[in-house]
Amino acid sequence: MLGRTLREVSAALKQGQITPTELCQKCLSLIKKTKFLNAYITVSEEVALKQAEESEKRYKKGRSLGDLDGIPIAVKDNFSTSGIETTCASNMLKGYVPPFNATVVQKLLDQGAVLMGKTNLDEFAMGSGSTDGAFGPVKNPWSYSKQYREKRKQKPHGENEDSDWLITGGSSGGSAAAVAAFTCFAALGSDTGGSTRNPAAHCGVVGFKPSYGLVSRHGLIPLVNSMDVPGILTRRVDDAAIVLGMLAGHDPKDSTTIQDPVKPFTLSTLTDVSKLCIGIPKEYLAPELSGEVRSFWSKAANLFESEGAKVIEVSLPHTSYSIVCYHVLCTSEVASNMARFDGLEYGHRCDITVSTEAMYAATRREGFNDVVRGRILAGNFFLLKENYENYFIKAQKVRRLIANDFVKVFNSGVDVLLTPTTLRGAAPYLEFIKEDNRTRSAQDDIFTQAVNMAGLPAVSVPVALSNQGLPIGLQFIGRAFCDQQLLKIAKWFEKQVQFPVTQLQELMDDGSSISEIDKLASVSLKH
Amino acid sequence: MAAPMLCWWCFGRRWVLACIDGGSRHGRGAAIGFTSSRKRGQTSVAQQPLITSQKSRKGEHEWAAVVGLEIHAQISSNSKLFSGSRVHFAAPPNSLVSFFDASLPGTLPVLNRRCVEAAVMTGLALNCHINKKSLFDRKHYFYADLPAGYQITQQRLPIAVNGSLAYSVCVGKKPSRVITKTVRIKQIQLEQDSGKSLHDELRSQTLIDLNRAGVGLLEVVLEPDMSCGEEAATAVRELQLILQALGTSRANMAEGQLRVDANVSVHHPGEPLGVRTEVKNLNSAKFLAKAIDSEIERQIHELENGREILNETRSFDYKLGCTMPMRDKEGKQDYRFMPEPNLPPLLLYDTESLPSGTDPQQVINIDWIRERLPELPSETRERLIQQYGMLPEQSFALLNEVGLLEFFQNVIKETRAEPKKVTSWVLNIFLGFLKQQNLAVNESPVTPSSLAELLNLLDRKAISSTAAKQVFEELWRSEGKTPSQIVSEKQLELMQDQEALEQACHTVMEGHPQVVMDVKRGNPRAINKLIGLVRKATLSRADPTAIKEILERKLSP
Repeated sequence: MLGRTLREVSAALKQGQITPTELCQKCLSLIKKTKFLNAYITVSEEVALKQAEESEKRYKKGRSLGDLDGIPIAVKDNFSTSGIETTCASNMLKGYVPPFNATVVQKLLDQGAVLMGKTNLDEFAMGSGSTDGAFGPVKNPWSYSKQYREKRKQKPHGENEDSDWLITGGSSGGSAAAVAAFTCFAALGSDTGGSTRNPAAHCGVVGFKPSYGLVSRHGLIPLVNSMDVPGILTRRVDDAAIVLGMLAGHDPKDSTTIQDPVKPFTLSTLTDVSKLCIGIPKEYLAPELSGEVRSFWSKAANLFESEGAKVIEVSLPHTSYSIVCYHVLCTSEVASNMARFDGLEYGHRCDITVSTEAMYAATRREGFNDVVRGRILAGNFFLLKENYENYFIKAQKVRRLIANDFVKVFNSGVDVLLTPTTLRGAAPYLEFIKEDNRTRSAQDDIFTQAVNMAGLPAVSVPVALSNQGLPIGLQFIGRAFCDQQLLKIAKWFEKQVQFPVTQLQELMDDGSSISEIDKLASVSLKH
Repeated sequence: MAAPMLCWWCFGRRWVLACIDGGSRHGRGAAIGFTSSRKRGQTSVAQQPLITSQKSRKGEHEWAAVVGLEIHAQISSNSKLFSGSRVHFAAPPNSLVSFFDASLPGTLPVLNRRCVEAAVMTGLALNCHINKKSLFDRKHYFYADLPAGYQITQQRLPIAVNGSLAYSVCVGKKPSRVITKTVRIKQIQLEQDSGKSLHDELRSQTLIDLNRAGVGLLEVVLEPDMSCGEEAATAVRELQLILQALGTSRANMAEGQLRVDANVSVHHPGEPLGVRTEVKNLNSAKFLAKAIDSEIERQIHELENGREILNETRSFDYKLGCTMPMRDKEGKQDYRFMPEPNLPPLLLYDTESLPSGTDPQQVINIDWIRERLPELPSETRERLIQQYGMLPEQSFALLNEVGLLEFFQNVIKETRAEPKKVTSWVLNIFLGFLKQQNLAVNESPVTPSSLAELLNLLDRKAISSTAAKQVFEELWRSEGKTPSQIVSEKQLELMQDQEALEQACHTVMEGHPQVVMDVKRGNPRAINKLIGLVRKATLSRADPTAIKEILERKLSP
């Protein structure tokens, strides 16, 4: 049952094949068994069981709230959850319990979704590995998959097998791992430069970043307000569309959301792609791109072409400036957004009471990790009066050029862009941490980050397994607010590629029983 | 639009105050006034500043002062600028604080329509150009009562620019001349107020009250077109009246709804402007002019003694009567301005640019607001002068006191007495009583109706004006009684009985033959004495004109 897609399990709930409480308990028990993945910072067991119970009552009365009623979900720990600790994986917010729900969380709960817990991330979502949080790194479930383990056996490896585990990517690594490990059917991530799509690609799940302004940011603890978007992680494109239908629309609490109402929708199935024009941006053919990813990318292009779609090479000439421009804008907004963490109203406060200034300084030194402090420092430098024109204003201008690149391409008749999501498959942790956070982020975000500059919708869809047995994702980028069309194309593509389900039988190291997951996974394969 | 405001203190009197505070053994008695000039090394007598300052000795430089103002007016609105918390003065600490006001992470600003309308109204009343597109910025600094670590303001593109404010100063003693002056308005911007820090020195702790945090402010920036504390104070007073007339701010300085910072510098006319200081938190009407003048004095004194003026922030110590450097504002602040990413540009429309089919609730139409602007103080004063034949200074006085105009208009409505009479009664007697007892108009024990009734009695000569004053005193003391009741209780009505009055005159003449003789000898003042004696004998109930008539008839040869 856990291996099913959201749509399937929703049908099972409606048909009474399983009750919300049973489903919730199964997920809770799997969360416990997969605790070593470190996907969750907080497991809200009591709340979840209570919500499941209420959902069950509704089903019994025949008053289900809809497709999400009784569905276990997880939420990245940078979304405010009323009464549930929200830490951003930072010492600064350890123990902080928001008194309100983020709009997206509230909308999911209003639909009857069951909140399993809050997922792990890089501190304040600053990172691309989910390795730089106060609660430790997230481990990629694929590290323990049959597919990956079998490939590993062919090679000699170190004595300590567990040290070979892979990173999830980030910063929404906890959400990606939670979905990939079947502990929930959908999870919320956030996406500022690729933080939803990157871990989705590494964990073999669907990672969707909606258009900026389509989904409310109220309650999402910001990284870069002008680029942040709540992201959706699911195992199928269809499931992402269901969740999007529940979340999209104007929020009076977020002035940057669209004014027009958005109606819930069902994603129709695309049968004919011959009228589509797929753009392949030539600048995305980066030298660092692994051969394998490159070959999946061209195979995907060929697939569209063979089905009659027009596939053309396009140019996004300012792509190479994106990362450095993002660095200026991101750190500047970070410097500003982090100013509120001073230990006065909430969060961590140091013991120093000599003066208010000394208290601020010590609180912030103790509360933030090096990555956050480094970005605050850089951002404040860029915002100084003497630097503002040279850095911030310039970066904003470049941002406009980058956004215009996309506009031009879409105006030329391209429906979606097809690109890689990441350079390669997930890296082993020990390899990943050799580079510092900034270098890694700069490398890992290159395909995903320009999209945030332009506010466009994008989705990473798992394509196939690499030679190492690791998932590879490809990204589709759509026109602003054409999120449904984008998902429709992604859904068609997903159907063609038939990405394999994770086989997690080795996940249970006690080997005491035949893995339930194994059974479930094989069951779900039939679907 | 002329919006003159009369400056009541004559300049010399004002200077006396400033001199007491700024006086020193160097004999500084510089004139800081309309001429805003003085001579170096002058040892003038403070009480005669105008005269001395105009006597320019050869080779001596005059000083000119330049004063600009930044005025923060709290917007009168039900809720805060970006949150739904109520706005209320003197509520229990931290009882009006939303999650946004406390800067809980993830909260976002949502612009209050009423505050935008207030800014547009104020901009229009101050002859500003209203920007159809304006932007919000973040201004960063760490302070305990600024929870987000930044203030949302409008640094780059404010909602209104390029306006003007006219105010009037009164020159000389009676008859005084009213001079209208204009100060340019650079801009009006919408921004958030901060919370309040309460320093407990004893326990060395600071308490924070966030009730005020996030309340909408209009920052009105006045160009340095003023030259003394007096002008600044008068301009501020006129602005205050305009804001109150518009209802965009209660603008009560005592409650902190109107706060003034002044930029002050001095220079020699014809030379470049001097280094300026900022005098912060001039939050009392009483000390506004004084603080600015004392800062001008200080700067002149520093320069004359060969010292430099530092570009610094100072505050006025009202006990010492001079400005002091502010310790916590030391060091240069870089506010690291940045666009507020959570608020889209603020777009306003006029009837021409309004897109068809828009929901009026979703947009603000400048023309619509313009058409509904209430009467402004300058227009009110003009109307009073035209309609009731008031003197300009009377029209100023009537507007200067909160509620006085309304009181006056209510009296006018109910009385047959001449408007000039009503004006005089309201401004002299009624206002005099209020001032004496330090009461506001709405605290007056005398209602407009009873004053109107009293003036009616006076108008139809039922009582004398002396008796009327007596009745007024009675009214003030004993609430609930009508003027007519008092008149009959105290037997204050004028004697209508001609025979009795003749008799009274006769008796007085009989009793004071010496005075009668004086009259007959041609002493013109003697008859007044007789009139006074008759009035006394009639307990002031007789009409002096009638008495005089009788006496003259009886005394005529």
